[in-house]
Amino acid sequence: MSIIQIHQLKKSFGTNEVLQGIDLSVSKSEVVVIMGPSGSGKSTLLRCLNFLEEPSEGTIQIGEFQVITGGKIDSKRKKAIRELRKRTGFVFQSFNLFPHKTAIENVMEGPIVIHGAKKEEARKLGEALLTKVGLGDRCDYYPAQLSGGQQQRVAIARSLALNPMVMLYDEPTSALDPELVREVLQVIKDLAQEGMTMIIVTHEMSFAKDVADRVVFMDNGVIVEQGTSEEIFGNPKEERTRQFLSSVE
Amino acid sequence: MDPTIIIDSLPSLLEATLMTIFLAGISIVIALIIGFFTAIVRIVKVRVLNGIANIYVSIIRGTPLLVQIFVIYYGLPQIGIALDPISSGVLALSLNAGAYLSESFRASILSVDNGQMEASMAMGMTYSQALRRIILPQSLRIAIPTLSNSFIVLIKDTSLVSVITVTELLQMSSLIIAKTFEPLTIYLVAATIYWVLISFFTNLLDKLEIKTSRYLVR
Ligand SMILES: Nc1ncnc2c1ncn2[C@@H]1O[C@H](COP(=O)(O)OP(=O)(O)OP(=O)(O)O)[C@@H](O)[C@H]1O
Ligand SMILES: [Mg+2]
Repeated sequence: MSIIQIHQLKKSFGTNEVLQGIDLSVSKSEVVVIMGPSGSGKSTLLRCLNFLEEPSEGTIQIGEFQVITGGKIDSKRKKAIRELRKRTGFVFQSFNLFPHKTAIENVMEGPIVIHGAKKEEARKLGEALLTKVGLGDRCDYYPAQLSGGQQQRVAIARSLALNPMVMLYDEPTSALDPELVREVLQVIKDLAQEGMTMIIVTHEMSFAKDVADRVVFMDNGVIVEQGTSEEIFGNPKEERTRQFLSSVE
Repeated sequence: MDPTIIIDSLPSLLEATLMTIFLAGISIVIALIIGFFTAIVRIVKVRVLNGIANIYVSIIRGTPLLVQIFVIYYGLPQIGIALDPISSGVLALSLNAGAYLSESFRASILSVDNGQMEASMAMGMTYSQALRRIILPQSLRIAIPTLSNSFIVLIKDTSLVSVITVTELLQMSSLIIAKTFEPLTIYLVAATIYWVLISFFTNLLDKLEIKTSRYLVR
């Protein structure tokens, strides 16, 4: 059964149609990796799923939450969007940790504000999650005192704190020094192992081979082809995919 | 220069200094409130209010404070709003500083990286939750240097309300000079008092700035 269903999703910025009718379903516990050249619309697709970008057309269903796109912006719709966001974790390329809060306060923020959790519960949860991403000893550090890899792991823990149905990652390791990439990818792999449903935009080919149940190749706002990593990397059907793969290798 | 004149006039000057501090203190509080809400109204673009806020800021920034004081003290009675000198002074100073503060608040809120609002929204916060818990604490830190500056300017600007007979430090100095004919001595004493006062607050606000930015220090 699919947990994410995207139907004919379109998004334009002015006259520039960046997403030209995307159809995509993701099953529970599936890990989908999206690849494609710069400007192909990968980030826009991911951001539309969380309504950080308002889609122009199409429907998005995540779990039991469906938001009709292009509707009137009233308080009922805003609430529906918030409900959807609460159940989808979003991890940014630039981490976007709250710099005035410590690592654990970053993780506690969601449970306290969104779930109305007590401080004590939130702290326990925060400690557990930071330990899970290997930062149990960094709870009281401010983001400025952490390396990029550590910051991104805190950001993942922050998303997990809301107990999301799905996790969305937009190039989670692109802003990192090469030696810090692995520790972040390892955390994501562990989550895959636990059965977390995830959509990951990344250029890390070997990571994609490792973790992806399915690889989706996008270009110019459309899905060009998709399949297992063996199919896409080993034997791509489309010329555009082949070109892209040879350009990144 | 006669030191006894300094000693004799000091009690009156210090008392008048209290009036200066009072004017600056109460005006800054009102100005902070005006400035904050004006900034929010302009950022969220609240209908109608946004237009009013823009006009308010533009008029205040585009006219001399002295003219604003005259309009309030001498002008308003003509349409039935007669305020005593102190209230007029406080009103003029608050409106004036409020406009400048709203600009600093606005700039500091807008200078917080957009990713902060996105991260807050992405977890399902409402706009006002994100503003309150994430954006404002960060923008306040950014704003503190300009806020201190506005406060310093405000302390100096209180001297302008001497022209509508509020007996603050400058007005008191002039009164004393009228009796003693010692303008150099008295004005230098007044200047020293302003200087000490402003140095004190500059120091205090610098400390606050260091305290609020501790999380940025590695
Ligand atoms: N806020 C925006 N306003 C206008 N145009 C935008 C905006 N965001 C993205 N675009 C445009 O949409 C297109 C797709 O951008 P998007 O960021 O989704 O690409 P991407 O596949 O994520 O690329 P990259 O690999 O470089 O991150 C680009 O042409 C970009 O210029
Ligand atoms: Mg992108």
